Amino acid sequence: MRKLAPRLISAIGLLLAVLVLNFLLIHAAPGDPVQVIVGDMGGASPQLIAQMKAQYGLDKPLPVQLGLYLWQVLHGNFGYSVYFNMPVLDLILQRLPATIVLVLSSLILAVVIGTLLGIFSARRPRGILSHLVTLVSLFGFSAPVFWTGIMLTILFASVIPIFPVSGMFSVRDTGGFFAQTLDLLRHLVLPSVTLASIYIATYSRLARAAMLDVLGADYIRTARAKGLSERRVVFGHALRNGLIPIVTMVGLQFGQLLAGAVLVETVFNWPGLGRLAFDSILRRDYSTLLAILFFSAILVMVANALTDLAYRWIDPRIGGGRTRKATKTPAAPGSKSPGPAKG
Amino acid sequence: MDPVLQIKDLKVEVDTGTAVHSVLDGVTLTLRRGQTLAVVGESGCGKSMTALSAMGLLPDRFRIAAGQILLGEEDLVQVRPQRLRALRGNAMSMIFQEPMTSLNPVLTVERQIAEVVELHQDKTGAQAREIALEMLRAVQIPSPETRLAAYPHELSGGMRQRVMIAIALACRPRVIIADEPTTALDVTVQAQIFRLLRELQMQTDTAIMLITHDMGAVAEMADEVAVLYAGKCIEAGPAAQLLAAPAHPYTSGLMACTPKLRLGRAALTAPARGLGEIPGMVPPLGQFPPACRFAPRCARATEKCHATPPETVRLGPDHETLCWHPNEAREAAPAC
Ligand SMILES: Nc1ncnc2c1ncn2[C@@H]1O[C@H](COP(=O)(O)OP(=O)(O)O)[C@@H](O)[C@H]1O
Ligand SMILES: [Mg+2]
Repeated sequence: MRKLAPRLISAIGLLLAVLVLNFLLIHAAPGDPVQVIVGDMGGASPQLIAQMKAQYGLDKPLPVQLGLYLWQVLHGNFGYSVYFNMPVLDLILQRLPATIVLVLSSLILAVVIGTLLGIFSARRPRGILSHLVTLVSLFGFSAPVFWTGIMLTILFASVIPIFPVSGMFSVRDTGGFFAQTLDLLRHLVLPSVTLASIYIATYSRLARAAMLDVLGADYIRTARAKGLSERRVVFGHALRNGLIPIVTMVGLQFGQLLAGAVLVETVFNWPGLGRLAFDSILRRDYSTLLAILFFSAILVMVANALTDLAYRWIDPRIGGGRTRKATKTPAAPGSKSPGPAKG
Repeated sequence: MDPVLQIKDLKVEVDTGTAVHSVLDGVTLTLRRGQTLAVVGESGCGKSMTALSAMGLLPDRFRIAAGQILLGEEDLVQVRPQRLRALRGNAMSMIFQEPMTSLNPVLTVERQIAEVVELHQDKTGAQAREIALEMLRAVQIPSPETRLAAYPHELSGGMRQRVMIAIALACRPRVIIADEPTTALDVTVQAQIFRLLRELQMQTDTAIMLITHDMGAVAEMADEVAVLYAGKCIEAGPAAQLLAAPAHPYTSGLMACTPKLRLGRAALTAPARGLGEIPGMVPPLGQFPPACRFAPRCARATEKCHATPPETVRLGPDHETLCWHPNEAREAAPAC
């Protein structure tokens, strides 16, 4: 983390690019927000339409609109949502926690289950579990998220109604913090499992390949030669090496996970950014949509920074992090640089 | 000297899925306390498989089909996996050929040494750390206090091999198997590692099985030698005797191929045909000749060699060979 300044500068540049590109893209898309608004009200006179365009600044040339928008964002003003009738920033901050809860729980579920499946199938590449993993990942790759979601909804709404299929909290407010958390968890199960399902497939395959590779490594033979039990060989020596590609994948896939959240939140009526994105697209609520994209970009960047940290923690060969500990321990007299010593 | 590890008539097979091939066919070896047994032979002769059998670490699809591996009184072929784990790294340990890849890249040197001590000896973390430090000193790593916290990638190949030796020695094993421990290292470092092994052996009285195809190392290190060819032990005996008067044409061939080591007579009567490598190659698994396995490459082979498997010939009290036409002890002539 020595190079914090350059990282920050590139992050700010990236966010600026996200803002400009999304702004231009949305304005290139067909559909006119004013049309949608007045369309709801029934027939509107051209005067009214012109008046509204002026009110929202839509009558100005595009570069001016863009400049105005950037200036406002710089001041923390993401505009006002007509439909939700509140400032966009408030709206986003209200919805953000739900999405974070959903995405994080799905990610943890996918990584933990996927990795465990991968480990066990790598232990016995020709065993039943190994074939099962192949089957599950085939299913995960081919079944679209919304289909899995709808199937689960049908299953749990009618056949075995043990988990709620919609919303984040029960309508009846059931008092205490503990009860509320439990309520949240119950609501979380189906959306989280649905969103995790495709990634369980990804991670189990990745973990299987990574662990197969690692378990054949020379240092695993060394670990066995020490007399360690298979459990300690796998979890103490192999897993940490096998995690390196998995962590890389988490960083790469976080954006896709957010995109998946749009579908899952829509299907399960989960009050997060994804659901909000869906609603604001339908309503041509540009300001909200732009803000959602902006905050998603921030989420992806934060996720990548965290992955990077995890990566450094797992693999001492990547600079920084724990390796420097080696040089900090009290050195014996006469010891010099920590560079590779001659044999 | 008392035998520490005895391998008796070991047979190992591999199941390739389509066929079962013999990998080792009746290998017999004895390691004695405080002594070094060199196991030599070209690549693919079965040296590593012999070592891995003893450690109980044969790769997938390989299995011991017959024979005994006696560590003291215990037959390692028969013991339960649990017991074998208790012995591995403790009574018997192994140093591998590839120091660059044989240490776990994400664990510190301290962890990798201390781990084996914690596992086999009832030591606390602090005691294990102390032993790890002691071991680094023993293997002569400079500024050992600093190196404890180092990761393998921060060390050179020679240093890593020293760490491997430290791990192998940490529990004071009775037997150390070193499988080509210096093949991957610089020549100068090779000599240092051999010297280190020798010194440590003198201090601890450990028996060493040194696998190598470097006959120079054999001359410097070994008390006894066993020569493997295509899964068979074709000559074995005291190092001095065997090097001075190799009986099997393959052994003399191996020696003639090591220029700096044309010892004794073999050196004087340097082959007219030059440093001729032994012609041909070690036959792959499943394609061993039916009679003498070396016959197709042997200058001395007769019809009998191709037709009938050779019998053991005794040339001295402990010196034996498997050959129809061994060199007589008096007139060791190079074969290639
Ligand atoms: N993992 C493996 N799978 C299949 N065959 C192998 C494997 N390792 C070694 N072999 C074969 O087993 C035989 C003995 O090999 P090895 O003991 O490694 O020879 P050495 O150590 O003397 O070079 C060789 O024919 C080699 O090709
Ligand atoms: Mg080998």
